[in-house]
Formats: sequence, structure tokens, C-alpha cells
Amino acid sequence: MFDGPEPIYVQIATWIRAQVLSGELGEEEQVMSTTQFATTFRINPATAAKAFSGLVEEGVLYKRRGLGMFVAPGARERLLDEHRKHYFEDVLAPALQQADILGIPTDEVVAYVLGSSGKRSGDRRNKEES
Amino acid sequence: MTTAPFGARLDDVVVQFGRSRRMLPNGTLVKDEASTALDGASVTIRPGTITGVLGRNGAGKTTMLSLLAAFTRPTSGTVVVGPEGEEEDPWENPWITSGTQLVRESGDLMNDEKVSTSLKYYADMRPDWSAETAERLLDLFEVNVRKNPSALSRGKRSAIGATIGLATRAPLTIFDEVYLGMDAPTRYAFYDELLADYAEHPRTILLSSHLVEEVERLFEDVIVIDGGRVLLAEPADQMRARGFSLTGTKDAVERLADGRRVLHRQQLGNTVQVTLEGALGDDELAAARAAGVEVGAVPVQDLFVRLTDPRSVPS
Repeated sequence: MFDGPEPIYVQIATWIRAQVLSGELGEEEQVMSTTQFATTFRINPATAAKAFSGLVEEGVLYKRRGLGMFVAPGARERLLDEHRKHYFEDVLAPALQQADILGIPTDEVVAYVLGSSGKRSGDRRNKEES
Repeated sequence: MTTAPFGARLDDVVVQFGRSRRMLPNGTLVKDEASTALDGASVTIRPGTITGVLGRNGAGKTTMLSLLAAFTRPTSGTVVVGPEGEEEDPWENPWITSGTQLVRESGDLMNDEKVSTSLKYYADMRPDWSAETAERLLDLFEVNVRKNPSALSRGKRSAIGATIGLATRAPLTIFDEVYLGMDAPTRYAFYDELLADYAEHPRTILLSSHLVEEVERLFEDVIVIDGGRVLLAEPADQMRARGFSLTGTKDAVERLADGRRVLHRQQLGNTVQVTLEGALGDDELAAARAAGVEVGAVPVQDLFVRLTDPRSVPS
């Protein structure tokens, strides 16, 4: 856990954001305290605190005096918005670039996307409704 | 009442041992060469941090830690310890030394007395001693305090040292390779207790260890000592950013590595992995990705090994 190339506090923040995104951490839900976090993952409490204060600044978490850190209302929506914006740039563009290197024609990529869309849960739901 | 965490500063400190003059039978006076343990070491230890002290055998770690605890005096240079803005020379200074706890591997116990007697002595000496913590840790480490230290295993003696260090709650607590002799489960239990107690009772903790991989994530700051000098002293995050690894095809990696100091290099067929000093800019990172080169982190352990390796000469 937390042994990627970025600084540890960045990786902790990414991990918490991912938990909020996936809904594992619901809005208004309490997150682990710095101490709990530090002892659970065996990291320096100041490192954990740095990650948390960054997330407070971003508006993902907020502090309730004397109680601890909680997931901010609307945090998931905001994160979704942000990640959607970056999806094409960060995920799809490199994938298409790789397709280019491998000589996969655009038609084939498009066909795959359309063909496989039935397997995606969101689309399947739409089909069942129609 | 708990005292504010202590900071410390070494300024151009030299420590030499064994300097003496003696007379030969023919009447000439000779000076014996002194061995130099610290050779112009300067460093600042930030109050309230867990700071790791890393160095190879004989680098001067123990000498530096002994200076802070006033077990040794510098041959030249200055050492100050104390709350921020009120640092003083610790030598024969009861106000500072009563707030500094150095734990050495031996545990510094009275050998002819039961462990409980030694513990009582520490309890009386230390204003912030927590009897409850001591009792809980001795229970956790399964130490029989009714025995003499000589009747205990090395691991148990280390565990007593760890207990004394944590229960003292000294504003400056120093663990000098206290893990020696502890088995892995005991070491991890010690790390967990250290973090939990530190989070609840902030103080300055110095930890020297050769098991860098195990402890690097406990550190907020890291000091690397090499050949009696301070090679670097900085936040652990900053140290981790001192290097990165590139893995990919030979040509692509060589192009990206051009002009950088190579700390380590491995080659398997046409695939090369290099550990480089410095950090990649965003442009270079994008270039690396485009070229199919994988960018990875370098553990503090590896950086430490490379930085203190006499064979990796700066290019």
C-alpha cells in the first residue's frame, strides 16, 4: 500500500478520493483519524495529516471540531465531474495512442466500443428499460 | 505537565577519540593518532518530528546521538538541545538531560538488580513517566520484570529498552538501534506503539536503524550520515524525490537518462533499468510515457545504499 512513485501523502489523498468516488465512503461519513490512519498503515502521522489537510482544502473532506474529518456533501459529484473531464485526456488518449502504435485501425476501435457497450452495466440497464 | 518537544542543532561538530601523548623508552614524545567519529557535522533536528538517522557502520550515528544525550562531549563545535528558541548546551545541564532519553540496545539496565528495580529508577528520574504505558508494553512484550537482565534474552532486553523509551515520554527520545535482537513481530509491535503514542503525545523522536525498509515510512525527516559528516538532512518526502527509476528499451532509457547521474544500472537483454538522481519534469514524464518507459519510485533504502556507496562517484 502506498508504494507508488508519488509522495506518500499524494497517494493517500488519491486513495481517499477513489473511495469517495466509488461510494465506499459516503457523504457525511466519518473518515479515519490521522492517528488511526498512521497506525493502520504504519506511516508517519504528519504524512497522513498532510494528505487530509489537502483534501479539506479541495473540499472533499471537512473538519468537525472535536469530532474528526467527514466527507463533504457534494464531494462525490464534484470528483465525478473532475474525473470525467480528465478521462479522455488521461485514459482514452494514451489507449488510442497505443492502438496507433499497434496498427489497430480506428474502425476496429470504434467497433469494439460499440460492440462491447452491451456489456457495460449502465447501457444494459437502458436496454432493459426500452 | 508535559514539556514542549525538544529540537537540536549541531554546528561543525568534530568528535575524536583516543587522542593521547605518550613517552617512548628513549624519551621522545609521540602523539597517538586520534580516530575521528564526527568530522565537521552540522544538522538541525526539527522539534516534534520523528526523524530517522541512517548511516553505514562506523558513520558516526551513535556518536551523534550520544552528543545530544550528553553522553559525549564534542572535541570542537557546538551542540544545543531544547525547546524551540531555548536550546542550550546539554553537557551537565540537568534541565536538558532530564528531558532527553537515549535508549541504547543494551537498555541501560542495572545488571545485578531485578528489571523492576531499574524501571522504578527510571520512573523516579523522569517527570513525564507513564507507569500505565510501561505496564502495558511489558505485558505486550511478555517481559518478566522479576528477573535480572542477564537472565533475559537479547530480544527481551531490547523490548525493555523500547518500553523505557516510550514510557519516559521525554521531549527528546532517541532510539539507537533498539530493534537489535527483537524478532519481526516484536519490531512491528514496537513501531505501532511508537506511532500511536507519538500521535497522542507529540514529542521529538530520533530513530537510528539499519532496517531502512521497515522504518522509512515512520519518518517525517531523514538524516544520512556518512564518514562523520551529514550527507543530507531533509523531509523524507524530499529524499524519496531525489531519485527515480526508468525501465524500458535501451535506446529510449538512454535518451531520457542523458546528462543525469546514474546511481544504479541493470540490463537484461534490450531492457534497461536505471536509477537516476533528480526528478522528472512534466514534459520528461510525458516523453517517458510516450516512449513506453516505465517511471518508478526508488525506496529510501536503495537511495541510501547508492548515496553512501563509495563506488558511485559523482560524474
